[in-house]
Amino acid sequence: MWNRVASLWRASVVTAAVCLPVIAGVACGAGADKPGPLVIYSGRSESLIGPLIADFEELTGAEVRVNYGSTGPLAATLLEEGKNTPADVFFAQDPGGLGAIDTMLSELPSDVLSAVPEWAKDPEGRWIGTSGRARVIVYNTDVLSEAELPDSIEDFAKPEWKGRIGWPPTNSSLLAMITAMRQEWGEDRTRDWLKGIIANEPKTYAKNTPTVAAVAAGEIDVGFVNHYYLHRFIAEEGESFAARNYYTRAADPGSVVLVAGVGILEGSDNKELAIQFIKFLLSVSGQQFFASQTYEFPLNDQVQPNDLLPALEDVTKPSIDLGDLTDLAGTQALMREVGALP
Amino acid sequence: MTFSGVISTGWVSHDGKRPPAFLVASAVAVALAALIPVVYLIVRSVGSGSEWADIIWRVSTAAVFGRTFLLIAAVTAISITVAVPVAWLTVRADIPLRRVLSVASVLPLVLPSFVMATTVIEMYSPRGVLQGWLSIFGVERLPDIYGLGGATLVLVLMTYPYVLLTVRGALRRMDPGLEEAARAMGYGPIHTFRAVTLPMLRPAIAAGSLLVGLYTLSDFGGVTLLRYQTFTSTIMIQYETSIDRTLAAVLSLVLVVIAVVLLVGEGFTRGRGAYHRSTVGAVRPARRADLGRWRWGGVAVVGLPVLIGLVIPIGVLVYWLARGLVNDQQLLPLLIPARNSLYISLLAAVLTLGAALPVAILAVRFRSGLSRFIERSTYIGFGLPGVVVALSLVFFGINVARPLYQSVWLLVFAYGVLFLPAGIGALRSSLLQVNPRIEEAAQGLGRSQWRVISSVTIPLVMPGAFAGGAMVFLLTMKELPATLILSPIGYRTLSTSIWSAASEAYFGKTAAAALLLVLVAGVPTAYLTLRGYGPRAEVATRTSPPSAPPGLVGAGH
Repeated sequence: MWNRVASLWRASVVTAAVCLPVIAGVACGAGADKPGPLVIYSGRSESLIGPLIADFEELTGAEVRVNYGSTGPLAATLLEEGKNTPADVFFAQDPGGLGAIDTMLSELPSDVLSAVPEWAKDPEGRWIGTSGRARVIVYNTDVLSEAELPDSIEDFAKPEWKGRIGWPPTNSSLLAMITAMRQEWGEDRTRDWLKGIIANEPKTYAKNTPTVAAVAAGEIDVGFVNHYYLHRFIAEEGESFAARNYYTRAADPGSVVLVAGVGILEGSDNKELAIQFIKFLLSVSGQQFFASQTYEFPLNDQVQPNDLLPALEDVTKPSIDLGDLTDLAGTQALMREVGALP
Repeated sequence: MTFSGVISTGWVSHDGKRPPAFLVASAVAVALAALIPVVYLIVRSVGSGSEWADIIWRVSTAAVFGRTFLLIAAVTAISITVAVPVAWLTVRADIPLRRVLSVASVLPLVLPSFVMATTVIEMYSPRGVLQGWLSIFGVERLPDIYGLGGATLVLVLMTYPYVLLTVRGALRRMDPGLEEAARAMGYGPIHTFRAVTLPMLRPAIAAGSLLVGLYTLSDFGGVTLLRYQTFTSTIMIQYETSIDRTLAAVLSLVLVVIAVVLLVGEGFTRGRGAYHRSTVGAVRPARRADLGRWRWGGVAVVGLPVLIGLVIPIGVLVYWLARGLVNDQQLLPLLIPARNSLYISLLAAVLTLGAALPVAILAVRFRSGLSRFIERSTYIGFGLPGVVVALSLVFFGINVARPLYQSVWLLVFAYGVLFLPAGIGALRSSLLQVNPRIEEAAQGLGRSQWRVISSVTIPLVMPGAFAGGAMVFLLTMKELPATLILSPIGYRTLSTSIWSAASEAYFGKTAAAALLLVLVAGVPTAYLTLRGYGPRAEVATRTSPPSAPPGLVGAGH
């Protein structure tokens, strides 16, 4: 036994020395000539879009390989890889991730860009939204009814909400909402609102999911989150789940609609297939997938949202273009100033 | 001058020995690899504007440092308090269910921190499952689990096995003669433990505690879910809210400084004493203490952390799975991820131990400032968030080792950089228990240094190798950030499957993958844990009447 382990140690050193170049050589040799498989870096998880990718492969006969991860670290990886990235497509949870690497993206053709409304894409045409996600206020149904909730998100800064609010202040969608507030309300009014919220001692959660769970558990009465998490909880736990979404009645940034989106890397040698993939995402069947499986809002107007959701035009969203929500640094500075971020 | 002459020149240990060149060369190579993340952080920080100084100043508040060190101190102290008795009871006492409990007490290590944290919140949050059970007694709301208390609980459950494994390895190789002598001279069992056993365990406790401290420093998932802000969670907030690599790198360098402070601090606890038998001869296994009617008390001490850290989380996972299935949730295919996890974790465990061995031998057998520096430098990666280490290896892969990029080999390399200290710590404490004169004797009989290491040293440090291997294996099984970033495209493991489901609030799918992770991890863990036991040790006869307190070792009969 002992001798076996001792020789194993030696063998491992030898293996490393001999095998690595061999395996590397095989890996290098492949995919040099014809465009290989479509390589997607996806900030959207496999449990969400895995079936959609499989559909695309079946439809086109193309091979797709996906590197799943979180949008932030994936964007950082792309920046680190630079021109050498093997990625053809970046599929991000939010416009912030795409904005961080937009200099690495190539401009999309106009027939792709025309598939979604103006507000849901990069003004310079480097990325495009594929599905909509609304900001909502999730509330505990044991404590509150929708009628008791104020028209505007602005009212949650009032003292009557003290100790009743939860939010994930580091979440990129929440930060995008604050950016929308600065756009819509201006700097001072947004600062006043944030100060009011901070004065109400909001409980801070790591992400959207624990915020929604905490609302249903009655730890907090209301939470500021994206709309679709609730529907996944209900699918998982049943209708008795004690929380529901409220889309603000007033057309304010409290119900701004954000997007998950996609762009093609400048250095891709597989652009044709990449464009085909984006067209598939925006097609009726692709959009129906988002409506039925992920509870997001389709952006193609031929497809209706899930029955559980209001129609997109009924969401009283403010007239904000997502391309304008680029000043993340300004939002972070404001959040730090009021003490919402460290 | 020969190659080996060049390498060993100027390298003489405190006791005047000169290490063989192959040992120095491989240890230096390992240390250089382990320092890649630090090099990367320096490269990324260079050229950052002046604004970073403001940010460091703003983020590095006394409060954040205070909270970070408070958590590290609390988690380390409690982990030692939990782990040492569990180690002793599972190695040295004849408690019922000993083998099962030996394996189960290590397994909390395999639960990813966000799974552990989420199950803890589900159970003990103000309106959690426990509150539901207590509601028949009129309990409306439990005290807030969030904050220091909850974060400490989660981290202790995930980290006490580090101390447990290293201490167990040490107990198995410890010469029972000293303890028996103490007993023979009239020391009581408790006095013997405090005066003899505990001091002998010091290197193992220190090695395990260092891992506990560094892991606590690096943890992100657990502390953020429990809403406790540490320096790492502050860095990761910068990462998540703005994709600013320079800023994150500058802040991570501060983390490197904290890790160095911990390493230096641990260095002060290391004595110069000997931990091996002073005479040459085989160490015979200690006889197990018969605890008499205290046996079930021993089961309770071992069982409590197993209950809280393993059984209850598994119960929550089973509940999620059942609830998801009842509501028609589809499960993901898990066969290939399970196979990948097993394969890559075993590979990482074997290769990491292979890399750890020269560093450990050099540090223990050829003590000098330089060998100490080499050993300590391998610990830094363990204190950094996985994302930082992963990005440093993206940088390394793209710019230096292009052919290895996005291959399994670079991923395994990353696991090595991350988890080397687990292997080194365990090997080191085992090596300290081997009398160097055994090796000297072999050399005196004409064996080459290489042959001495492979035929004498390695067999004698096997308990440490099994302990270290188990740790690296379990750590790799659950590792997420580096796996996500560095694995070959399309490569799925159980931990990425868990993450994929958990990040979208699919609890049924999360549970299925997490339960499989525990199951798949359980088998090799059982092997590694029980293998180190060797043949069944003889149980001591009772030294005192059944009514007396537990006897430690039945000496002198």
